[in-house]
Amino acid sequence: MTVTLNLRFRKPKNELEQGGRPPASPAETEPEIARKCPACGQSTPLSALWENLYVCRCGYCFRISARQRISFLADRDSFTELFPQLESRDILGFPGYEKKLESSRASAKEREAVVCGRARIGGQECALFVMEPYFMMGSMGAVVGEKIAGLFEHAADEGLPVVGCTVSGGARMQEGILSLMQMAKTSGAVKRHSDGGNFYLVLLANPTTGGVTASFAMGGDVILAEPGAIVGFAGARVVEQTVRRKLPPDFQKAEVLLEHGFLDRIVPRADQRSVIAALLSIHRREREG
Amino acid sequence: MKKAHDYVLAARAKDRPTGTDYINGIFSDFIELHGDRRFADDPSVVGGLAMLNGTPFTVIATEKGKDTKDRIRRNFGAPNPEGYRKALRLMKQAEKFRRPVACFVDTSGAFCGIGAEERGQGQAIAENLMEMMTLKTPVLSILIGEGGSGGALALAVADEVWMLENAIYSVISPEGCANILWKNTERAPEAAESLRLTAADVHSLGVVERIIPERNGNYALLFDSLRLDIGRWRQKMSALSVQELTQARYRRFREIGAQTV
Repeated sequence: MTVTLNLRFRKPKNELEQGGRPPASPAETEPEIARKCPACGQSTPLSALWENLYVCRCGYCFRISARQRISFLADRDSFTELFPQLESRDILGFPGYEKKLESSRASAKEREAVVCGRARIGGQECALFVMEPYFMMGSMGAVVGEKIAGLFEHAADEGLPVVGCTVSGGARMQEGILSLMQMAKTSGAVKRHSDGGNFYLVLLANPTTGGVTASFAMGGDVILAEPGAIVGFAGARVVEQTVRRKLPPDFQKAEVLLEHGFLDRIVPRADQRSVIAALLSIHRREREG
Repeated sequence: MKKAHDYVLAARAKDRPTGTDYINGIFSDFIELHGDRRFADDPSVVGGLAMLNGTPFTVIATEKGKDTKDRIRRNFGAPNPEGYRKALRLMKQAEKFRRPVACFVDTSGAFCGIGAEERGQGQAIAENLMEMMTLKTPVLSILIGEGGSGGALALAVADEVWMLENAIYSVISPEGCANILWKNTERAPEAAESLRLTAADVHSLGVVERIIPERNGNYALLFDSLRLDIGRWRQKMSALSVQELTQARYRRFREIGAQTV
């Protein structure tokens, strides 16, 4: 396994792979644009949002790209990407999948729905994955499964903790049964990493559902969530159709999961970096051998 | 030529044997054990101890029910988190006493209810996937009817997975898929074709080891042949050390889909 991993591990070639430039303040490019908060209805200029890590004054967390999140979490210039070249193929000949992949690559400017690599957070070395909501809603097919499993194997070999952020609609339907098998694959890799005494911290962002919730999202030693994040197995609409009654407004909200004992903490975006750094520091392992 | 949708209908047919038929038809002296020791006993999942040619097995099956009343009681074979937690409890017990585990899977999927969500359906499935991957005893899973998504996989992280000729195994129901793709559940037959969910398709993708012929509905014959097959499988597995066993199980799943990467 180590051999194949090393083959895939290469020096980053450009800024984007290094975790990207810190996203330029929109104030410099699009000064007029404001975004309306779906929670409170208030409009905030993008420049102000950017200053506030894309969090509205009311606390609502706007969706952000994987690279943006990495720039918020990881120490400056510390991110080195792993498996950057992997991309999905339409292996089943599924209707519309090829086109969907093409348009996702163009709009997300990513090759796949997860970005993996190594980084430092508050000076602590870790393996890091962040899912990309702008690429087919962070859905998991064979490549996402391969990248997640590969990252946990790499981290297990190196005795590194894994920090992950999930944002996903679940398994990628367009890859049929192969996408379902990624749930077993990734869960197995999480378990092996864990059995090696390594630390795994996962941050659940909005939304984390389906096959991702039912696999590596729930496998963390510590499970954090962003305020207001929807976390569940079945989609709310499917549940509503199944039970034929209206769901409570806070159904599957992180705050309810915390009450029911499925989360350790809810952490606002501004505090995530320091909370994660503190937890990594507590779990620091002396390098053996 | 039988179409994918014909297999979907066959897998869901009401006159098809259900999970407990397989337990009673293949094994002897079944003793059912109840409860997840956390919250409840889920009748959608039946589990316990049974003998096969003098060897004790832990057997687990999803059960859709026999008549309307029974089906309602068993939630039509759609488990709540307690069903998965009961299954895992019995598997851990099998590990402790070094018994092989045989699972019979027939479910449209994990139940999509408010309570199921509140009690951690996703967490329960995830825990089964993780724990089954490293379970230190042989595990065999046989898909006997519907293999519905994560709710089926949570009982099918096994050393070998077999599939009946008319069983299906899919990441999403054809109806759900058609609804997402075309906003039209009537196009489910088309979706069934695209999802590649028949035993032949799933086998060609390397997801199951064997397709079990159904002997034209002569289930007594089917149970006899499965008894022989499961006995042989157990013998083959007993030659492996615990480490060889769990390594091979991990590799089995690690390699699925890797050809597409």
